[in-house]
Amino acid sequence: MMRALVMLLVALQAWAQDPALERRASALERELRCLVCQNQSLAESNAPLAMDLRNQIRSQLAAGKSEREVLDYLVERYGDFVRYRPPLKASTVLLWAGPFVFLVGGFYLLARNLRRRRVPEPQLTSAERERAAKLLE
Amino acid sequence: MKKLGWTLGVFVALVALLAIGLRLNPREVPSPLIGKPAPAFELPLLMTPDKRFSERDMLGQVWILNVWASWCPPCLVEHPVVTRIAKSGLAPVVGLNYKDAREEALPWLARNGNPYRLIVYDADGRIGIDYGVYGVPETYVIDRKGVIRYKHIGPLTAEVVQQKVEPLVKALAAQ
Repeated sequence: MMRALVMLLVALQAWAQDPALERRASALERELRCLVCQNQSLAESNAPLAMDLRNQIRSQLAAGKSEREVLDYLVERYGDFVRYRPPLKASTVLLWAGPFVFLVGGFYLLARNLRRRRVPEPQLTSAERERAAKLLE
Repeated sequence: MKKLGWTLGVFVALVALLAIGLRLNPREVPSPLIGKPAPAFELPLLMTPDKRFSERDMLGQVWILNVWASWCPPCLVEHPVVTRIAKSGLAPVVGLNYKDAREEALPWLARNGNPYRLIVYDADGRIGIDYGVYGVPETYVIDRKGVIRYKHIGPLTAEVVQQKVEPLVKALAAQ
């Protein structure tokens, strides 16, 4: 509890000092995965490593590095896995193209099934037609 | 009949995919550092803080870098395995004490034994970040030229040592 409070105060202080830097840092943190608890971003995670990395990001941005440079710094150490949007490479083609392949495949199957299901118009004999007309009167 | 075959095929493919997915360990993220020079550092020793050690001091030999901390339960689990490697004389094992406190790390070693050739002290975890450490313990095999050849995340087991570490270290030492 105390720790959370202190962290909040530190964050508020940083915000008060340089809101623009803080905005850049937190935008970047939302793009990065925390490797300790992999379903959280660096911005959300309270793992000690995430805190260290957040500090690194802030101090590097404050030192005048660009987002690109900070991102490269982290990818060099932890791999593309830290990015929620990994670059398009041979190893990630399936990841990027997969959803579209499924979409196109799904549409194909849907179209095929719909075409098959089309029931032919019922053919009535003239006697049946007359009967139907009588019933409808 | 054809339709049944299709459905069955899709089902089997899906089961196979899920089975593979279940066997993958999501914590084993491929390290981008494999095949790259070990990141440079110069850190004080845990035991003798006035002395410093750098990864360059190990150039010319195959060595193992083991990241551990007294606050990390899996480190205690793998400790006998690390001890066995060190005792076997396979390769020198250097410890990197990660985000720990001296007054806790030293009693931990006194209790559990110290298998390390030497231990460097990375109090703020800064070097840990350079090595892409995220789940202590982590173990690196570094070759004569100072290139990282293998990384194991999580506690070392006898199987990992037997199947991966030992053959690799022997092959690298023979080069």
